[in-house]
Amino acid sequence: MSIDNNRLVRTFSDLRQKGKSALLPFITAGYPDLDTTAALLAGFADRGVRVCELGVPFSDPIADGPVIQSSYTAALDAGITCEQIFKTVRRFRDATNPAPDGSALRSDLGTATCDLALLAMVSYSIVYRRGCERFCMDAAAAGFDGLIVPDLPLEEAGDFEPLAAEAGLCNVMLIAPTTPPERRYELARHSRGFIYFISVAGTTGERDKLPDETIAAVRELREHTDTPVCVGFGISRAQTVRTVCEVADGAIVGSAIVHRVTDNAGKPRDELVRTVGDFVGELLEPTR
Amino acid sequence: MSTASDQPRAGYFGPYGGQFVPETLMHALDQLATEFAAAMDDADFRAELDRCWRQIAGRPSEMYFARRLTERCGGAQLYLKREDMNHTGAHKINNTLGQALLTLRMGKQRVIAETGAGQHGVATATAAAVFGLDCDVYMGTEDMRRQRLNVLRMELLGARVIPVEIGQRTLKDATNQAMRDWMASCEQTHYILGSVCGPHPYPTMVREFQCCIGREARRQMLAAPGRLPDVIVACVGGGSNAAGIFAPMIDDDVRMVGVEAGGSGPALGKHAATLCLGAEGVLHGARSFVLQDDDGQTAPVHSISAGLDYPGVGPEHAEWKRSGRVTYTSVTDSQALGATLALSQTEGIIPALESAHAVAEAMRRAADMSGDEIILVNLSGRGDKDVTEIAEILERREQSEG
Ligand SMILES: Cc1ncc(COP(=O)(O)O)c(C=O)c1O
Repeated sequence: MSIDNNRLVRTFSDLRQKGKSALLPFITAGYPDLDTTAALLAGFADRGVRVCELGVPFSDPIADGPVIQSSYTAALDAGITCEQIFKTVRRFRDATNPAPDGSALRSDLGTATCDLALLAMVSYSIVYRRGCERFCMDAAAAGFDGLIVPDLPLEEAGDFEPLAAEAGLCNVMLIAPTTPPERRYELARHSRGFIYFISVAGTTGERDKLPDETIAAVRELREHTDTPVCVGFGISRAQTVRTVCEVADGAIVGSAIVHRVTDNAGKPRDELVRTVGDFVGELLEPTR
Repeated sequence: MSTASDQPRAGYFGPYGGQFVPETLMHALDQLATEFAAAMDDADFRAELDRCWRQIAGRPSEMYFARRLTERCGGAQLYLKREDMNHTGAHKINNTLGQALLTLRMGKQRVIAETGAGQHGVATATAAAVFGLDCDVYMGTEDMRRQRLNVLRMELLGARVIPVEIGQRTLKDATNQAMRDWMASCEQTHYILGSVCGPHPYPTMVREFQCCIGREARRQMLAAPGRLPDVIVACVGGGSNAAGIFAPMIDDDVRMVGVEAGGSGPALGKHAATLCLGAEGVLHGARSFVLQDDDGQTAPVHSISAGLDYPGVGPEHAEWKRSGRVTYTSVTDSQALGATLALSQTEGIIPALESAHAVAEAMRRAADMSGDEIILVNLSGRGDKDVTEIAEILERREQSEG
């Protein structure tokens, strides 16, 4: 397998052709439950989301702030496993993939067909335990298009990159504000699908405003690479999405969305999906 | 095709070690590794560290023949390397002085640390006070409860103790929070990690700063009784006191035993015997042995001693286990408690509950060995911090025994 026909790669080249950028919502897989996760994905796709990140709950997520941490803890307390997440993604794909005759296979998610690119944000602790090769094969078979392994830096990724590529997955690498310039270009050369530019030094969490340096740094990076660049960490409102998308191929929003899932976790599923979807709709506006 | 794994790499011990951390920390680790290497080549730095070890920690620590404990066990001679007599009461100060000097070299003004038993926190707070650094220590609230004396000491020393309310509220959770702090602060802050765990260069650096134990012990044993011991026994939480006494004698003909926390039984969740009962995995930046479930989630752990209550272990120990150079075993809560009482009442030394695990293993082995054989125990710390917790446990035990 190669990643040439990868959904993530296709999506970003289509967006570039149209001169558009993407909003990448992040949600925690299995939070508050797996059916809600599938319904949220379908709802996002309906509203025009093209790329989405699913966080695989982990007991010790050191790059995450309190909002995502507690969603992970809740999902793990509810017994969510990797296998269940893969099954849910497979079910989402089966329910939303176009059938060979062009019609939707079925519609228990109440959605039309879609071609949503899906990434798993997953700790290397989990990948390693399952076995790197097996994890990549299983993730690809489930219907993931890419992986973000935030605790697998360049130095350790040598053996992993070919395994992801063979499974047909994009391995997305991250660049931090603390990353020196030469290393940024090296990371950009290794990253597949897009480059994840971390906007602030620190953990995930909502912030009012991004540092000015971030915008300049993204602009500078894009002069050095053809790989799309998406910016994440700290983005929590449409205004910031707009600013980011003036220079980047996409804006990633995590805690602000997960926080709204938390606020609505006790409500009926339809209502949760609608409320969170409305917020994602607002965030999508600047990308239209 | 040649891959990275074909050659030995810096920061690896066989297949173990590495730097499995977010990109945000990579630059700080790089800077630290460079600074550490430069410092070790710098005679002035070494001289200053020696001075600190002497004047602040009170080194060298004594080598002590435990005559009455030896008689009680009726076998091998038991020697104790008295790290409990260091200033602040444990081996932890050896490392924090080294890292505090590195902090100054890097021009950073603030240090952070994680702590379980509180010994590393106290040692960090002490070094910070000596050198005028700002100091924040992360500590799980369960550990704050059972090691209250050390919380008060840290505060007296001018450090801020930041309570950690997540997870099991013990050492692993405190480490997570310290790492999260460092993610946002690494440009001005140095993270003084307390054991031979974590990403490169920590396992190598902390071992080097603890090697004063083994170098002294080797010299002291050769002076009197005049030969190296047959066996060295040390407790293993993250593994720093053990690495510090093992490494300088690793090429000698000496058997080595690392003792983990057997807790209250071998079921996952009841112990912290990572090397004995865990599996290969990745936690807190290194590939090593870990206690986790089949999905890669870190398992809950238990030990009577807060300093051993940790689901990971330093990568060099994983390699020593793999190569067979060191034997790893475990001692239960109640055996450790028994050893605490035995050492207190035969030698007048109240050991830290962590160190009592090593004492218990040495007592067990001594009984099966002959009187001309020698066991050296690394007595990593003293038990002042544990007396209220021990008193409560003994009281509960008496009540349940009627
Ligand atoms: C006295 C004492 N011994 C041992 C340990 C365990 O750490 P390590 O295995 O790194 O020596 C601790 C940790 O807090 C301690 O306080």
